[in-house]
Amino acid sequence: MNALIDRRRFLQGSGALIVSFALPLTHGRAAVTNVTKPVDLNTVESFLAIRPDGEIIVYSGKVDLGTGVKTALMQIAADELDVPLTQVTLIQGDTDLTPDQGVTSGSFSIQNGGVQLRQAAATARRALLQAAGKRFGAASDSLRIADGIVIGPDNKRVPLQALIGPHGLDLKMDKTAPLKSPADFKLVGRDVQRVDIPGKVTGSFTFMQDFKLPGMLHGRVVRPPAIGATILKVDESSVADIPGIVKVVRQENFLGIVATNEWAAIKGARQLAVSWSEWVGLPDQRHLWEHVRKTKVLHDDVTSNVGDSAQALRSAAHKLSATFDFAIHTHGSIGPSCAVAQWQGERLTCWNAAQSPHNLRKQLAATFSLKDEQVHNIYIEGAGCYGRNGHEDAAADAALLAREVNAPVRVQWMRAEEHGWDPKGPPTLLDMRAGFDAQGKITAWESELFIPNGVAGFVSLVGADHAKLNSLGELSPGGVLNDLSIPYAIDNVKTTAHRLESTPLKPAWIRSPGRMQNSFANESFFDEIAAHLGLDPLDARLQYLRDERGKEVLERLATLSNWRQRPKPDRHANISVGRGLAFIKYELVRTYVGMVCEAEVNRKTGEVVPRKFFVVQDCGQIINPDGVRNQIEGNVLQTVSRAMQEEVRFNRSQVTSLDWASYPILRFPEVPEVVMDLIDRPQDIPWGAGEPTAALVPTTISNAVFDAIGVRLRSVPFTAEKVKVAIERDSKS
Amino acid sequence: MTQFQLNVNGMAVTATVDDQAMPLLYFLRNDLGLHGPRFGCGLGQCGACTVHLDGAAIRSCVYPIGNVQGKVTTLEGLGSGENLHPVQKAFIEEQAVQCGYCINGMIMQAAAFLKRTPKPTEDQVRQELRPNLCRCGTHLRIIRAVMRASQA
Repeated sequence: MNALIDRRRFLQGSGALIVSFALPLTHGRAAVTNVTKPVDLNTVESFLAIRPDGEIIVYSGKVDLGTGVKTALMQIAADELDVPLTQVTLIQGDTDLTPDQGVTSGSFSIQNGGVQLRQAAATARRALLQAAGKRFGAASDSLRIADGIVIGPDNKRVPLQALIGPHGLDLKMDKTAPLKSPADFKLVGRDVQRVDIPGKVTGSFTFMQDFKLPGMLHGRVVRPPAIGATILKVDESSVADIPGIVKVVRQENFLGIVATNEWAAIKGARQLAVSWSEWVGLPDQRHLWEHVRKTKVLHDDVTSNVGDSAQALRSAAHKLSATFDFAIHTHGSIGPSCAVAQWQGERLTCWNAAQSPHNLRKQLAATFSLKDEQVHNIYIEGAGCYGRNGHEDAAADAALLAREVNAPVRVQWMRAEEHGWDPKGPPTLLDMRAGFDAQGKITAWESELFIPNGVAGFVSLVGADHAKLNSLGELSPGGVLNDLSIPYAIDNVKTTAHRLESTPLKPAWIRSPGRMQNSFANESFFDEIAAHLGLDPLDARLQYLRDERGKEVLERLATLSNWRQRPKPDRHANISVGRGLAFIKYELVRTYVGMVCEAEVNRKTGEVVPRKFFVVQDCGQIINPDGVRNQIEGNVLQTVSRAMQEEVRFNRSQVTSLDWASYPILRFPEVPEVVMDLIDRPQDIPWGAGEPTAALVPTTISNAVFDAIGVRLRSVPFTAEKVKVAIERDSKS
Repeated sequence: MTQFQLNVNGMAVTATVDDQAMPLLYFLRNDLGLHGPRFGCGLGQCGACTVHLDGAAIRSCVYPIGNVQGKVTTLEGLGSGENLHPVQKAFIEEQAVQCGYCINGMIMQAAAFLKRTPKPTEDQVRQELRPNLCRCGTHLRIIRAVMRASQA
């Protein structure tokens, strides 16, 4: 069955903008383009086009990773232009068509991408109203737009598309173009149903994994059995009996199979006889934290330095210290990474679900010694993406295989590849110290974070690594220094990150990178301090917070969770229920979250059951409240999974947790209830909601366990075995 | 090459395969272009590939095509367009999707379950969906959607 229908489509609506291309109908986008469409950030047409039939095309460099941001971006554009949502089409993440708005990560899609889009729409709106004003002989501010039609005096009407001149919108972005008043919003701030959901519940939605091209072949990669193993010998005759094998592709240590059908590729990759060298380069996981502590420090980053914390600690009347660790996590998308690549001479077109189409283009260009312009990289939504997972790597795999067979090649990773070869959230270790004066005031706070060096840069493409090609990779754990600094007013504070030369498994960012680990340590340690000082966890935070918006969040949390009237746990019962609280001002500059977890602890078995979460969030302006609620639920549930049970396992050669049995995640019977209160500030900047809530889940669970049984959990995940050890340690001390 | 006669979504189809051990999933997706069932693990561990065989939920990623006897129904055959199955309708009403990759399995598992157990408790729904994995954390909405469908 051929899902592709060639057709030509002319996006002629904005005059100068003429785009013609062969479109895979199922996906509604260009297969090959050599398009002269502006994509720079200073031009309205980079973001918007108005077609002759009135359709508004939104071009978004931010992509929908399964969060619903596509619908939210459409709401923003539709509302600012006063057109119905059904009149808007969104094209996302196409390096020939969409502006480079940076990586889709860090809860910035609305905060950055949405704000840019709104400004483009507002600039267009003003110009369109001016054009209509001229036509009507009326002042533009006397006009209004309804359902895509400008309405003037005497009920004169003109549709927006009729106002487009021969040169299209031809407008520079203008930050002074007036924005619609929130009082006039018709779509923004409303529970608009997501545009992608009907197709997703009926099977008509095209995921990356569903995308096909005519003549497309199927590829699978044969990964080494040890991370650094090299190929000694390949016996191609070992797959000779499989019908449909087109080619065994080898480049250095990159090895793959291309076949006419997917099953033949899978069987071939399993059956191919390969001798690999031995490689034993990973540390002993049982001593992971000693390894982290001993890893060479390249330099220190001091993220806050107030007063003299060393002196304050020396002169403190009391002191407290603790160490926190957070396990290595994998992304674990339900759909393994997938990409399709096609070469036409020295031009590469690649379809994939990578979160940064523009950055991946640079990496693919570098890998194959091409200019960026020779690579056309196109985003198609894949399974949920929570950071830099395997999609980029699958793109390189597909390109490596396609180059050898003169046909488009689709690669989908197998489950073991996804679990074994996606880059991991690195192991994170934090030492915390605090000092107090005789009156119980916190006088000193120090933290030392042990974390790999680097930022959210390019993560090397694994296929390129094996093929000994340079994909611009560098150590890139993500923006892991965020939220090492604290939101509390303490006179002497020093927070230091020791930037490590290496980490056992190739790192990258997974939802709330660094922020989650740092918040686990900060908010758990602050809870320890409060307990040490005999303060209520809420009161302690209110006392040291100097931020009115933050205090409002905490007060509303107290109301929502009935915090001040909460029952006192019976710490000696076999099963005890406790409540833990935490707060974050994300990266100290944006979304506020307050959270309470109610957890049940079984003293005998060590089993912890987080059964209810209360969440208050202030993310400024809310575009789609139901979308935000969906994200908050997802943040909580996914992070309950991470905090309670997830830990990547490895031996001295490779990752060994290669399926859902060895890397279990949350299942339905374990799912907690989530209760929330959203603060909407329609006049304010819309901050992100895609990850801040996640940052607080581990710490609220551990604080709840302390409340329940008086035992501190300082190591994620909180497995029953580890909790039992903590209980035994506590009973001995 | 072996040929099989199959009934998929009420239509008679002929499958021509090299290997009778090939899981049904690949035939549905690649030969029939039915993308409702999805490859998630190839191990029967996650449920993304779920289809109905004579009304029972099975994992098509590990079900050899040579063993298929009976009527196969995929998400597309469950309902589409204006003619949605009550479970599909409830998933839209509850907006019970994040990325949606697992949703095929959730809907197919739930639809088979509700046929056997039309008025389940929430706890029964949780137990029934226990083998199905969702990574985005949409579980609460999925539970609500299944409960809503059972009350429709």
